[in-house]
This record gives sequence, structure tokens and C-alpha cells, in this order.
Amino acid sequence: MKKQTSAERKLYTLCILVEDIPGVLSQVSRLFSRKGYNIESIVSGATDRPGITRISIELAADGLMIEQIAAQCRKLLPVKAVKIFDEESCIRREIALIKVRAADRTARDEIIQIVNIFRAQVIDVDRECLTIWVFGGRSKNTALISMLADFGILEIAKTGTIAIERGRSTIYDDSKLREEYEYGKNVL
Amino acid sequence: MKIKAPAAIMECLLEQEVDTVFGYPGGTILNLYDELYRYRGKIRHVLTAHEQGAAHAADGYARSTGKVGVCFATSGPGATNLVTGIATACLDSSPVVFITCNVGENLLGKDAFQEVDSTGIAMPITKAAFLVRDPQTIPDVMRQAFAVAANGRPGPVLIDFLKNVTDPRQEIDYEFTPWRENRASGGVRELNSAHPLKNPGPDPQDVETLLEMIGQSERPLLICGGGVVRGRADRAFRTFAERLDAPVAITVMGGGGFPGSHPLTTGMIGMHGSKASNVACDECDLLIAVGCRFSDRVALDPRSFARQAKIVQIDIDRAEIDKNVLTDHHIIGSARKVLEMLNAGLPQYSRSGWKDRILPLRAPSVAEDSPRLTPQQVLETIRLRAPKDAIVATDVGQHQMWSIKYLHFDYPGQLLTSGGFGTMGFGLGAAIGAQMGNPDKRVLHMTGDGCFRMNCHELCTVERYGLPIVTVVFNNGTLGMVRQWQNLIYGQRFSETTLDRGPDFVKLAEAYGLRGFRASTRAEMEAALDQALSCGAGAVIDCVLDIDEVVRPMVAAGSPITDFLLDEGGSL
Repeated sequence: MKKQTSAERKLYTLCILVEDIPGVLSQVSRLFSRKGYNIESIVSGATDRPGITRISIELAADGLMIEQIAAQCRKLLPVKAVKIFDEESCIRREIALIKVRAADRTARDEIIQIVNIFRAQVIDVDRECLTIWVFGGRSKNTALISMLADFGILEIAKTGTIAIERGRSTIYDDSKLREEYEYGKNVL
Repeated sequence: MKIKAPAAIMECLLEQEVDTVFGYPGGTILNLYDELYRYRGKIRHVLTAHEQGAAHAADGYARSTGKVGVCFATSGPGATNLVTGIATACLDSSPVVFITCNVGENLLGKDAFQEVDSTGIAMPITKAAFLVRDPQTIPDVMRQAFAVAANGRPGPVLIDFLKNVTDPRQEIDYEFTPWRENRASGGVRELNSAHPLKNPGPDPQDVETLLEMIGQSERPLLICGGGVVRGRADRAFRTFAERLDAPVAITVMGGGGFPGSHPLTTGMIGMHGSKASNVACDECDLLIAVGCRFSDRVALDPRSFARQAKIVQIDIDRAEIDKNVLTDHHIIGSARKVLEMLNAGLPQYSRSGWKDRILPLRAPSVAEDSPRLTPQQVLETIRLRAPKDAIVATDVGQHQMWSIKYLHFDYPGQLLTSGGFGTMGFGLGAAIGAQMGNPDKRVLHMTGDGCFRMNCHELCTVERYGLPIVTVVFNNGTLGMVRQWQNLIYGQRFSETTLDRGPDFVKLAEAYGLRGFRASTRAEMEAALDQALSCGAGAVIDCVLDIDEVVRPMVAAGSPITDFLLDEGGSL
């Protein structure tokens, strides 16, 4: 009757709060290479607290792998908090900038229609191309890109995925798990 | 108070009650060594032959005394020579602060002479690696480094000072703070905790749950891991084991955590575990592992490990729970605190039936007569003739397993061995550190002929500092442990493991100004050991053994723990 963990491989997002000090991103990311895990996407950005950076990492893993990597992350001194999210527990969003070929007026009109359907925006126009900004979940962005592919995509710039928990709870909340880690860092 | 930058580093060492440092000087660390010259009455520096030896010495000092070890090295090759030593300390959770210096700010990142990214290299093998670019941060970083090394699960920390940071022309603010204070306030707690702790001790509910599980168990087994040794929890562990009245298996790192001669001891567990330990592991219904991470040398096959048991892990490091073996229950906390809480609620049990099943499986431990010297005879001679409280430092391989099997360790810090990283060449450095930290104790260094060649240059350190360390070389003319695998698993193709070469270890010892002895029979061993122990100087005993001596018993890597490839031998 050992503890059960999910053996199913799926896409997880790890949200990690770290102190904003030099080398912290490499400290976190090297844990993934050490375990031989491939990072799907990684985003680092400021938070509502000064000096604290939030790193969001997307990773295809099974339950045991993700628990293990989160455990190793929590041990790093600059790491303040780690939360594991899957599809159900969080909202994920990403941004893409897409430069698409629009050789004539018809193409341009068609592209603008598609862009409107996806609630994306045209942010730059040229005689030969349009640049489009889209914000949304991965499936929406992928769908838009595949529609635009018909016209000829010249370039794409994408952010990784950022994620936040659904409902009232936040990454700052206390939990027993968190106390157990704090204990390891603090006990005299 | 204003003070010179390098003096601040020395004052911070004194603040931490550091009186001994191990190291090797060089170009970028000159400012520190210049300051050390002024502090030579307060801080003793031990100069080794090689930075790796210094790293192992600081590690051995830390393991044997329970204090934080300190090691100095210069930039570039000095820092990279430390790497094996840092990794050794990391895998065995030994608290050592490594201090290196790097090139100046103006040269940083320009591939200057002897420049290397020391903190980058050390990152995966330290608890923390600090690059110091501002002299004003020296006291904070030093205090934090010691706090990080010693707190929680201990481990190595690297501080890399840029050369300009140690320039004596700069003055910085420094106020003396006793280490107890700064470890509590200026250390990790304030700087690295997201918010204050609500419950700094083990969870009483978790302890209660384990007491209930113990009440329901008929066949419990205890594992004494390295956490008992690092946490100096031996007394609490002994009380716990005696009240539980259960067999106790000891891991390699747990040696000294529970008396080796105690009636409940079943000896080592795992790959070279005794039959008693491994069978108990297979048949127990409750396995309580204290400060043990179920490495692949203990839980050879994690799925079948303790297959009938509920597994309980007591560890200070949350990341160890469910890492290698999935557990049913865990308690987070220092071994001593958790065990004391458990002891407070634990009644006296009596489990004669279970003990009668397991304890008789222990093999008799008397060396058989033989015309040729055997490893067991060597160790029996040592057990009977050397002081009972002698500190034993080992290298890695067959002699390590024999030493742990045939010698008894009774207190934490008595056995110094590279269990996690398996570093050949660890022993002599560790023995030097242990002797420096324990001048009143006898220190013995067990090594093999392969291991000894790796770091035997540290004999010059033994001689220079007049250390009465006795090195016992288990000389079987081969890399014995590898040969054993080749013999059993690789069809006796002894690829590059035969060490049919010099030097003559007796002459080598003499060349370093030490005493050298050779023993090929038990009588010669007894005579050599007596002389070595009484000669008042460092000595080397070259024990000539048969090339095909094996470590028994043995379970192949990845196999269920009772699938013995080699049995206990002798009596079986």
C-alpha cells in the first residue's frame, strides 16, 4: 500500500518564486538538465513583491518526476515557493507575434477577418506583410497560426506559458509541505 | 568598527570558532594568505600536498568533530582540484566551507590567467555557491555560508572572492557577533525564508501516527542512516532501538550511529549487507529508516525493497522523501528531535519471536586460521590491538567494505568513509583532518593499493605535522572490487584492473620520513601493528593479500535484496 502517484505523462507547469539574484535562473534550470528533463518553455518575470521573480516552467512529465523536480527546486536557497499545476488546476496563457505574408488586398482582408475571429490584433502593416499579436491558451494560438500558415508565415516570436491558479488560493499560501521544506532550510 | 577587508574574513572565521583551516596558496588568494600570516597565532593553517587532499582533510575534520570544516584554495586549477572533494562532502552531507579567490573584477570573464567560473562549477555539488564582488558584503556572506553549511541537512558551501574584494587597502564595517546569534538571525532564516516559521519542530501528529504504526507492527526493522551520525542522534537512536526491541541494520554512512557490537545490530544492509539485515528487510512488516535516502546500494531494487513492509522515512530533508523508494509515512525533522519525541511516547516492547528469526542469521565473526594473511585477520588484529575508540578513515572498495563489516564503530564520527560519492583517495586526507581535529585520539587509515596511489603524496603532510596516523594498505595487487565484478559478472576478463606495479609502499613510507612495515602473515601483522602504534610517528603497513579475496556477501546491482550472488561464506 505504497503512496500512489500518477504514472501518466502530461503537461505540467511549475511556478517558482525566487529571489532576484544573479545566476538564479541557471540554478533552477540546471536541475532540469541534471535530471535529463526537457523544458518545453520557460518564462521569468517580476511579481507584486519587490525583489521576487516568478519563473514559470512547462514540462511534460509523470507525477513522480514532477514531484521530484519540485522537491529539488524547493531546496535551492533563493527559491521561496514552488507550485505544481496541471491543466485543471490553473489558467495558462501565452503571447505570440506572427509576421505573415499579405501580398495583395484580398489576402490582407482575409487575414484581418481571421484575426478578428481569434480576437487577436494587427499591430504592424506593410505592403507585403502584416504583424499579428495574439494572446491566449496554447490551443487557440496554435489554431490561429495554422490558419495563417496558408498565407505564408515569415517569422514567429512566442513567449513561454505563464500560469496562475484558479480560484482564491495563491502561491503565497502556507501548507504543511511548505513548512517541511522551510524546516530543512532553517532548523538550527 | 572599520577593518581591512581580508582581516574581516579572518575575524569572521574566528567568530565561527574556526581554529584550523586546510589549504594551498596561490596567486589570487595571496591577500588572504598574507592576512593569515598575521593571524597565525589564532588560526592554524595546514598545508597539504594537493588541494584535493586539503578538501578531504577539511571534510574529515568536519565529520569527526561535528564542526564546520574550512578549506582555502586559489583560482583556476586550485578551485578545480577541490571539485572531487566538494562533491564527496556534498554526497555525504558534510559541512565544509570552501573559500576560493578568483581574478579581479577588471579581468572577470576575460579568460585571464588561472580564471575559471568556480561558482558555476560548484553549483551542482554545493548547498550554495557565493560569488563575492563587494567587500562590504563579506561579513554577511561569511555568516550565511557557515549557517547554510551547518543548518538543516549539512553540506558544502563555496565562497569565491574576487581578488579586488580581498584588497587590504579597503576598509569595511565589521562588528563581532557570536555565531549562535548570527546563525539564528543573520543566517538563512532572515535572508532566505519567505516568511517566519510557525512550526519549527517535527509535526507531533506525524510522530503520533508512527507510534500507532509501531503498536500494530510485529516485525519492525530499523535502519540507522547517515542522518543519525550527522545529527549526533546516537543516544536517542539507541534508546529508540532498545525500547522497540527490533533488529537494527546500519548503512555505510550510518556507521557509528549505533554501536557495532550491540546485541540488536544486524550489520550492513544492501549490496554487501549481511544475510541477517537483508532477510530482515525482506520479511519485516514495518521498516523505519532514520536519516537514510535508500540509495541504490541499499535499496538495490526499489520496487521489491521491504515488499511486505510499511516504509517510514525520518529525514531532515523533505526532498529525500519518496525520491528512491515510495514510503507510507514520513516525519520531517532532525533525527535527534524526532527520536526524542518518539521515545517520549514509546513503551518497552519485547519481540523475542522476530529476533529469534533474524539475529541467529548473523555470521560468526572470528577470522579463520590461514597460512596467508586474510583481510579478516588484518581487521581482527586491528580490532583487538588498536584502541577501541580509534577513528577509522577508509578509501573506497573492498577494504572499505571489509573494514565496515569487521570493525565496530561506537560513536558518530568514528567512521569516515566516502559512502555516497565513492571517492578513491579520500581516506588519507580525511585521516589528516580527523587527526588535526582529534589530537587525543588514534586515527587509522584503511586503504587499498589502488586507492593509496591516488593520494599517497599526502604522506608528506602526515610527516610534516608529526601526525601518528597508521595507514593499513590492503595490498592485493588489484582494483579488488572491480575485479570482483569482473570475476562474477564479466566472465573473468580482468580488463585493466591488475596493479602489478610499484611503488614499494614500505620504501615509499620511508622516503616520506615515516615508518614502513610489511605483513604477509597474521603474526607479522600483529608485530607490525604493535610497532606502528607505538613508534610515535606516522606509519604504513603494507598487508600482502591474495588477489582473489572477495567481499562477502554480495547482491548484484538492481536485484532483490535477498538474491545473494555470493553468500556469507565461511560458516555457510
